[in-house]
Formats: sequence, C-alpha cells, structure tokens
Amino acid sequence: MKRGPEGAQARAAWYFLAPALVLIGLFFFLPVAASLLLSVTDFDIYALGNASLARFVGLGNYANLIHNPTFWTAVKNTFYFALVGGPLTVAVSLGAALLVNARAVRLRGVFRTVYFTPFVTTLVAIAVVWRYLYHPRYGLLNYLLAHVGIGPIDWLGDPRWAMPAIIVMAIWKNFGYNMLIFIAGLQSIPEELYEAARIDGAGALRRFRHVTIPQLAPTFLFVGVVTMIGYFQLFAEPYVMTGGGPLRATTSLVLFMYEEGFRWWRMGVAAAIAFVLFAIILIWTLLQMRLQRERA
Amino acid sequence: MPCLSVFRRRLSVCAMLVLAGACRTVPDNSITLRFWAMGAEGEVVARMMPEFERENPGVHVRVQTMPWSAAHEKLLTSFVGEATPDVAQLGNTWVPEFQAIHALEPLESYIARSNVVRPDAFFRGIWDTNVIDDTTFGIPWYVDTRVIFYRKDLLAKAGYPSIPDTWAGWRSAMEAVKRQQGLTRYAIFLPTNEWAQPMVLGLQAGSPILKDGGRYGAFSDSAFARAFDFYLSLFRDHLAPVAGTNDVANVYQEFSRGMFAMWITGPWNVGEMRKRLPAELQHAWGTAPLPGPTGDASGVSLAGGSSIVIFHASPHKEAAWKLVEYLARPEQQLRFSRLTGDLPASIAAWRDSSLSGDEHFRAFYTQLQRVRPIPKVAEVEIISSKLIEASESVIRGHVPPQRALASLDRDVDQILEKRRWILAHEAKAVAREAAR
Repeated sequence: MKRGPEGAQARAAWYFLAPALVLIGLFFFLPVAASLLLSVTDFDIYALGNASLARFVGLGNYANLIHNPTFWTAVKNTFYFALVGGPLTVAVSLGAALLVNARAVRLRGVFRTVYFTPFVTTLVAIAVVWRYLYHPRYGLLNYLLAHVGIGPIDWLGDPRWAMPAIIVMAIWKNFGYNMLIFIAGLQSIPEELYEAARIDGAGALRRFRHVTIPQLAPTFLFVGVVTMIGYFQLFAEPYVMTGGGPLRATTSLVLFMYEEGFRWWRMGVAAAIAFVLFAIILIWTLLQMRLQRERA
Repeated sequence: MPCLSVFRRRLSVCAMLVLAGACRTVPDNSITLRFWAMGAEGEVVARMMPEFERENPGVHVRVQTMPWSAAHEKLLTSFVGEATPDVAQLGNTWVPEFQAIHALEPLESYIARSNVVRPDAFFRGIWDTNVIDDTTFGIPWYVDTRVIFYRKDLLAKAGYPSIPDTWAGWRSAMEAVKRQQGLTRYAIFLPTNEWAQPMVLGLQAGSPILKDGGRYGAFSDSAFARAFDFYLSLFRDHLAPVAGTNDVANVYQEFSRGMFAMWITGPWNVGEMRKRLPAELQHAWGTAPLPGPTGDASGVSLAGGSSIVIFHASPHKEAAWKLVEYLARPEQQLRFSRLTGDLPASIAAWRDSSLSGDEHFRAFYTQLQRVRPIPKVAEVEIISSKLIEASESVIRGHVPPQRALASLDRDVDQILEKRRWILAHEAKAVAREAAR
C-alpha cells in the first residue's frame, strides 16, 4: 500500500469495503469453494453418518455424468427450453411493449399492470392453475382446440408436448418484466429519429427495422442475457407441474441436480452438475456478448 | 404437584402466581421427550399423549407434526445438525437408510426386558422390516400393504363372483371384464408411475430384487423377468390403461364410472371409497388379497407402514422406550387405528370386531399374513424410482423389455457401488480386528 494521503484514502476504502467483502467471502466464495471441493468427492448419505466414508474421486463425478443418459437428457431439455423459450419470450415482450407503448392504445397503465401481474405472482399458484388449463379431458385449452377441430392433446402427459406446454407457461409468466424494460428502452429513443425517418419517406415497418431495432440494441443485450441466465436455471415449473416427467421429457439440469442432491443425497454428483451448469451459462453469456459487440 | 405443596409460603406464592396466570412450575426432575410424526398421524397422536403423561408423571411429550413430503429431508437435516428428536415415526423403508448413518438406537436390550413389545405380537413380515443384520431398530406402529380393490358388480357380470387366486385365473378374469366392458374401458388400473406393482409381482415370482446381500441388482434374472413380462402383458393387451396417477383426474369418479374394475392400492382408500363413491355403489365394491403366480400362498404383497424409532443421540432413552411401549400396546394401537384409519400392526388389536368384522378390512388381515419387505438397503428408494423409469420406458417408450431390465441392473449396480465398497471396507476392518 502506498504511503501518503493516497495510501490513507485507499486504506479507508478497504475499511469501508471490509464488512461487505467479509460477508461476500463468507456466504458466497466460501460455499462456492466448498461445493467445488464437494464435486471431486463421492459425498453421499453414508458420508453424512461418517465423514471418513467420503472418497476423493477426482473428476470421477464429471466422467460419470458424461456416461449418464439422464444427464444428457437434462442438458438437451435445458437447451430446448432456453433456446426456444428464451427468444420467444424476448419476442413476445417486445411485441407487448410496442403495443402498450403505442399512442393509439388507451388505458396503457392498466395493460402494463395486467401484463406484469403474472411475473409477480407465485409460481406454484400459477402452475396449479395452468395444470387445470392443460388437463387433457377437462382443460380449457383442449376445450377451445376442440372448437377448431383439433383433437385432445395430453399436454403434460405426452413426452412430445410437455416441454412446449412448459415453455408457453414460462413465456406467459415472464414476458411482463422484459416488457417493462423494453418500454423504458422505447421511450428513450429520441422522437427526432422517427421524424427524420418519416421525412425520408420510411414506412412504419422500415422505421421499426432501421430506427427501433438498432436503438434498442443495448436493451436487447440486457434482456437477452438476463432471460437466458434465468432460463438455463429452469426448475420450479417442471418441479411443480410434471416432476420432470413424462419419460424425463421436462427434467432440466437444475431439477436433475436437486434430485441427486436432496432426494438421493449424492452431494458430490449434485455439486458436479452445478459446476457444469455454471460453465454452460458462463460460456453462453460470453458468446452472447461477443455476438452483440460484433454486430454493433 | 407443587401448587399443592405442603409449604405454606410456597403455597401462597403459588396462589398468587395462579391468580397471575403464571403458575406453570414443573418438577425439577421432569423431562421433555421430543416426538416427531408425519401428517395426519402426527395430529392424531398428540391427542393420545395426555394419557401417557398421566401414566408417567414427570415426562412431558412435545409432538411435532411435519408433512410427509418434507419429513425425509427434515430428519436427515436434523441428523446433520445434531438436533434429532428422541422418538420419531419413520416410514419402515427408511429404517435401513437411517441405520446406515448410525442415527438409530438398537432396541434388542429394551425388547428383551419388555413384556409389551414381543416380536410375535406383530405381523412377522412387518416386524422384519425393522430388522437389519439381526438387530431391531424400530417397532411397527401401523401397517400398510396393497390389496385389490374391485367392482364386485362388474366382475360378477363377467362371470367371476370373486377374484381367482392364480395369475392365470386373474388374467382370464381381466380378459372377461374387458370383453364385457368394451374397448374404451379397462380391467385394471396400474398407474405407470408407481413402483409398487412391478415390485410386488417380482416378489411374488420369487425374485430377491437384489442379490449377494444387496450388492447387485437381480432384475434381469429369470424370476423378475417373468413377473415383468406378466406386468407388461396387461398393458400390451389393453387390460390396463397406459396412464399414471397424474393422468387420471379423479380416480374415484373413474372407478364408479367403470373405467376400470380393479385397482391395486392401500388401506387409506377404504375410507376414501366409503366417502367418495356414490351410495348405490357402496355394496358393489370389495377388497381381495393379491393373487399369486401359483395360488394364494405365493400372493405376497408389500410390508409397508411406519415404525417408531428411538434416535441414538437421545438423552432420554428410557423414557423414550416407555413411549414406544405405550404406542405398541394393543388397546392404544386400536385407538390410534380408529382415530386415523391406519391399520394396527399389533395382531391382538385385530381381534376387535371393528376390524375383524369389517368386510373391506378382512382382505388386509389375510394379506398381512403374507407380506415381504423390499430389500433393506439405504438405496432402496432410488432403486424403486429406477424401476419406474425402466417400466415406463417399455410401456410408453417401446424399449424392448430385456434391454430395459439389463440397463436397470447396470444402473442399480452402479448405485450400489458405494455399498459394496463399504461392506468390503467393514469386512476388512473385522478381519484386521480378528488378526490382532
């Protein structure tokens, strides 16, 4: 540390930061380090009774995951959910933001509130209601589909339809938050740009393509990254609605981790899954930021 | 009681405190037993405690009720946090797991001194679920086994006044019901997301489920494969619908509509059926013990239920044992059964006419004479869940049965690797001890 007034200032800064740093270290970095350690052992129910029964297995947990078909199913399901659900959520949020922000719409505040409500409602309550909507025999959705001549679909019981059903519900629940951010982004676009485009003869579609979209780029990056990080951690929806079934069609990585860790108490394996998920999210986020920067 | 103490001064002080509503003095040598129980049992057992406290002055029981869904986690967490209760209700398939982490008190010495708790006072198969390597770790509290619930009217219409006791006869009865009921209805409901049915059929066919002292899976061996084939054939021939418990909105409604004529399920549904089936059907349903591959002697079922255990860390083991004895008494077992609808584990309690005279409970009594525990290893729950995955993959995913069973055995062998290592580890330690 430097001497003199600058050094004193730096020291003071450290003192002020110390409580926060200690807390972060104790409650964030320490557990992360502990779970990293856990992920190279076979800590399980037996080790709970007698710690000497935990063995160091090196990368064994990771190697076993590679050979575990359920793990790959979980990876596939997680990507399915994130890659289909993520962009759809962003698109729906943008659409809703444009609608709510449009001059012609009355009661904008009411719509904004209504669209935002699902986001702040407890997921378990929502899931219970959606399970009724999705019921193959008595559900509202199949009732409506029957009117247009589409036969009953076993939304949550059919392995092909279970994930789309979860995606639809997740979009409905989450678009409100992104919509608010998009509205903020839309409102920060200077009116002059639209005016200039209009004078140059650009129609509504071209104004959207050449003014709105480029101006929203930073908003897109934020919304995209946050949505994807959230979606890669899919858990509560399948946990409540399907329990990961049918035929594991909705088992996500986090649900798989939860099962291994807290249902079967294979803490080592669960910790390894957590780090795999961490790696996936990190790589994906870096990729997204890189793509955005290149385009900019 | 201290309030009635002979010391005047103390009396007057106490009187004042009573007036102040604060006279809750407890004798110095009193102890508080912490007793954890699950769901409805927990709520009901709290009502049985005042009598126990009257019989045992100085012992106070604090009952804590926890939901079944959180119980397993809470018990394990309490073990890690060194905050286990003195006495607890434990699903009897959990006993091996809690024994593996050395959380439970062995009860042999207590039983030897007891004149209430004797192994032969309980159903043998149920008692056996608590015995691991010749040591008893729990006392049966109530029992749970699976029997057939069936529509007597539909079976009679198909020409069967009762359920045949062999697999072949049972199957013919199902075919007859199916012919009678038509294409859109089924003979039996076997929820595809339950492990109990394939497990029971396996036990009936003589499969040990696990072999070599619980070291390896025995699912692809001939006994289990035969049972599995019988189970699958019921779906293949449309005698059972391809549906799990989540796919049937209201199982009682479907049962009254005749969507299926038989259902393998447990004692809690006797009360539910009486409550939920319409009045005109109340005489049309019955229960029957499970058929077996070669007749009724082979028609075994699960030895389920809950046990009462004492935790090893308890500082009040003698008082805890008194509570266990109290709950094991036939009259308390009967009272508990009346309050909850659970079936008593004590054979003497069954002499009461409310149980032995009841047409729906009689099948359970017969079935309880032939129940078998599922393998007593700590990993049994995960193995059961793998069994569901394997059977669903055949029923819904069209994987060939042999392949599903072979991969099930592979999974199970991998799950049991730690157990094999620990058994070898312990054997080595014993050998070292002997050499010394």
